[in-house]
Amino acid sequence: MTRAQPLIWLGLSALALALFLSAGPLAKFPDSWVLSPTDSMNDAMNGFVAVVGPLFKALGWLLEWPVAAAQMLLQALPWAVTASILILLGYIASGWKLAVFTALSLFYMAVIGYWSESMNTLAIVLISVPMAVGTGFGFGVLGFYSDRARKIIMPMLDLLQTIPAFAYLLPILILFGFGTTVGLVASVMYAFPPMVRNTILGLRAVPEEIIEAGMMSGTTPRQLFWKVRLPAAQRQMLLGVNQTTMAALSMVIIASIIGGTNDIGWEVLQTMRKAQFGESLLAGFVIALIAMALDRISHGFATKTREIEPTGPNIWKVSALIVAAVAILSLVVPGLRVWPETWIWNPAPAMNDALEYVVINYREWIEAIKNSAFFFVMLPIKIGLSNAVSPFTWGFALTPILKAVYAVIIAVPALWALRKGHVTAASLIVLWGVVSYIGLTNMPWLPLYLILVFSAYVTSGRGLAIGAALGLGFLLIAGVWPESVLSLYLCGVAVMVAFTLGTLLGIWASENQTVSYIIRPIMDTLQTMPLFVILIPFVMVFKIGEFTALLAIIAYSIVPAIRYTEHGLRNLPDAVLEAAQTVGCSRWQLLTKVKLPLALPAIMLGLNQTIIYGIGMLVIAALVGTNGLGQQIYIGLGDGDFGVGMTAGIGMAVLAMIADRMTQAVSRRRQEQLGLRFDGV
Amino acid sequence: MSCRNVWKVYGQKPEQFFDDNNGEVSDATTHADKIRNADHIVASADVSFDVHVGEIFVIMGLSGSGKSTMVRCLSRIVEPTAGEILLDGQDLLSVSQKDLIEYRRHKMGMVFQNFGLMPHLNVLDNVAFPLEVQGIPREERRARAQAMISLVGLEGREASFPRQLSGGQQQRVGIARSLAVEPEMWFLDEPFSALDPLIRRQMQDEFLRLQRELKKSIVFITHDFLEALRIADRMAIMRDGAVVQIGRPVDLILNPVDSYVKEFTNDVPSELVLTARDVADPTRTFATGMGEATAETSLADLLPQLASNEAGVIIRDTFGVELGGVTARDVVRALAGKGQEATS
Ligand SMILES: Nc1ncnc2c1ncn2[C@@H]1O[C@H](COP(=O)(O)OP(=O)(O)O)[C@@H](O)[C@H]1O
Ligand SMILES: [Mg+2]
Repeated sequence: MTRAQPLIWLGLSALALALFLSAGPLAKFPDSWVLSPTDSMNDAMNGFVAVVGPLFKALGWLLEWPVAAAQMLLQALPWAVTASILILLGYIASGWKLAVFTALSLFYMAVIGYWSESMNTLAIVLISVPMAVGTGFGFGVLGFYSDRARKIIMPMLDLLQTIPAFAYLLPILILFGFGTTVGLVASVMYAFPPMVRNTILGLRAVPEEIIEAGMMSGTTPRQLFWKVRLPAAQRQMLLGVNQTTMAALSMVIIASIIGGTNDIGWEVLQTMRKAQFGESLLAGFVIALIAMALDRISHGFATKTREIEPTGPNIWKVSALIVAAVAILSLVVPGLRVWPETWIWNPAPAMNDALEYVVINYREWIEAIKNSAFFFVMLPIKIGLSNAVSPFTWGFALTPILKAVYAVIIAVPALWALRKGHVTAASLIVLWGVVSYIGLTNMPWLPLYLILVFSAYVTSGRGLAIGAALGLGFLLIAGVWPESVLSLYLCGVAVMVAFTLGTLLGIWASENQTVSYIIRPIMDTLQTMPLFVILIPFVMVFKIGEFTALLAIIAYSIVPAIRYTEHGLRNLPDAVLEAAQTVGCSRWQLLTKVKLPLALPAIMLGLNQTIIYGIGMLVIAALVGTNGLGQQIYIGLGDGDFGVGMTAGIGMAVLAMIADRMTQAVSRRRQEQLGLRFDGV
Repeated sequence: MSCRNVWKVYGQKPEQFFDDNNGEVSDATTHADKIRNADHIVASADVSFDVHVGEIFVIMGLSGSGKSTMVRCLSRIVEPTAGEILLDGQDLLSVSQKDLIEYRRHKMGMVFQNFGLMPHLNVLDNVAFPLEVQGIPREERRARAQAMISLVGLEGREASFPRQLSGGQQQRVGIARSLAVEPEMWFLDEPFSALDPLIRRQMQDEFLRLQRELKKSIVFITHDFLEALRIADRMAIMRDGAVVQIGRPVDLILNPVDSYVKEFTNDVPSELVLTARDVADPTRTFATGMGEATAETSLADLLPQLASNEAGVIIRDTFGVELGGVTARDVVRALAGKGQEATS
């Protein structure tokens, strides 16, 4: 098969070119073949809702109570009491630095005037985290004890985690109807998988001897679980709680798109839609602060080391006393109860003015950046050089002579590779040339379909090829092929840029301590930031459009590329590096000849994560005007059209899974070749 | 405690190889081969031995020979496939899970190679853990745990957590915990293997000191033949799940049943193991100019005496009865003889 590979690539290139040039009916997937499952899916869903609807409505009604109660409580509590509780939690979790950080964050929320919105968000998180943790723990324990249960649970988690968060909202919305319940249920669904994983991981990682020591101490099976396994796995599980908390928060924010919650996510969206960028940035910053504070507090509790038992007074008791004192004080001082209007400071108008000034005065620059990226990079990939090159965009037309020049430009490196004996590489260069000429969205469906399936086959074998053939076949038959290709294009460009830049940055960071030191907190922030906050600065400057979406996707998906590259390069076996240095490698040789090849599995996993992150962000980016599957999901959500949204959601999951399995396979094969193991950052 | 024909088979369906549960088969070796050919793992094959009250019984063998499995069978942490394990005349394999837990709570203690300490409990609570699961009130169990901590010399570290301790200290905690319920049977699975050689030696001495005080019935696992020799009253050598030879250390050195056992004894510096009794030549009788030594003197200690007494040394037992004489030449021959066999 490997020997036939170049021929197959060439054949597919030729087929694509022929179909494209003939411009015949074969280029487009025949309409009559499209089965359009959306209607039948809607019917099925309606039928389902008709039967179980009341049940879910009742459940939804039940679930609204705790959220409402929590919101009432947080609204009714004097701000000083809430703040002192959170600050003390920060202190107990990891010390005075976190306490100060929490205090400053809360202070910011109050001063900017978003206290009540923030509390509404916090209230949902407060209810959804225990539910998600409980659910995750239950499934985790089940999966730990029963192999059969685990075989069902694990693929379910994979599915839940590869389906983009947005796609969850739709079925939940239809089942439960509008209301805070949707956000709650969605965030529980989205947030419990990491808890399951960490529970299973933690319980499994308890050393056999500790279990045996427990048994020898005469534990009953129940004691063995509660007194030995569980406490010994506690740390891992608390890390699960941390991840669950973050996921819950990000979903609560995403869910506010449905509206009706009056929380901070809604505030961001609303102001963004009204182009009040100052406000949306301020509100977005609140979300970021909540995320960071929650992350650090829960992470602090997870990694808190037990020191020798303190002899002083119990810190919890002291904290309770402080909170009580603040509560009594706030009865006397009204300013501690409700944050006084006069203490609120709103810099948004000033920010809007400043932004306007920048946008107006630097418009040429901004337009130049946007246009050159659009004309010279995005359009050619999207609609191909054959269409992108025109006097309007590139300043000249694509004459036959220029086409010949292009053919030569592609042929020269291909021939050169051929002479060097890299036959497959030569065929891939030709393929690249043809695809760039035609453009992804103009690619006739059959060759593109075959190219994708064959790539799956080459990278990870028959199983994935069959899976890809079926999954992509679904996209064709469901009639979402054009949207899928658009998504593929946008995500592809973003991933390419993010991965290239990210890998370079990662290499730089691994060689230079200062760089590493500077970019680490930036990456941490980007990763804890709920997705659509990342959109805000880009929308502010570049307005709505594909380019903005692209930048947002890059900003988010570049993080794993940097992380994995740096981590991979920094954690190579010392012996190998020392050997290379003894042989007399220069620093450059060491990097290119030793470190990079060895770090390749890690870098490939980085690519994997970059793709997954990119696809995750793609849906969110649909908010700022992209076409493709993300937009479909959004439309489905807006119209409450289950079929449309679900088809698009499945479509995204198909693309995500194929990309995931392909990159995983490459990384794994490389690890096996090198005899290394790499599990993640 | 005794075990009779104990088998432990891992695999798809281990019970199929035994008609009834007592584990008696006519030819254990062929039976084990049969099981292995059926794609099952035989971790213990027809193991029988007795542990006398108050003795240190050592099980020694290369890694993978089934020692850990065997000692776990004794407390049914690993459920034997067939055989009998008798404790106080009761077959442990026939008692209910509930009674089994009672046995573990009161009659058995175990020390693990990698300590097996609870990472979330401090030293005091780790030691008190077996008492806690019995529901003994906090004050009482802490007092009893405190006594054990003193016994192993860890006073002052009660509030530390395991990871704050060195390996040697952690194993002291493990020992204290295993003794907290004052068990009759004390199982130690390679307790010192994870420690540095110097610490190991020191821990062995302390272990022997403890045992002189406590007089438990001990099953001690090791893969280190020298450790076995230092500690054992009697020992069993295991290979591929089966017991190859049982006896006093010196029996094993002087009369190894096969080349496998001899392999171990070859590495032993004999002057440390053999005593004057083992080399005394009864045909020699006392003559003037000879030194005197007791029967239990090791060859290492005998050598300097021989060097200063050309005529040799006469060996007497504790009652003063003459056992025979030894010359420097005899000793050299005994040591060299072993060397010769090893090369042949
Ligand atoms: N749970 C198990 N499943 C399958 N085989 C096992 C299991 N536990 C031990 N074994 C096998 O039993 C044999 C004896 O192991 P073990 O008792 O740990 O030996 P030792 O303690 O002497 O090193 C080994 O071959 C090991 O692979
Ligand atoms: Mg062992």
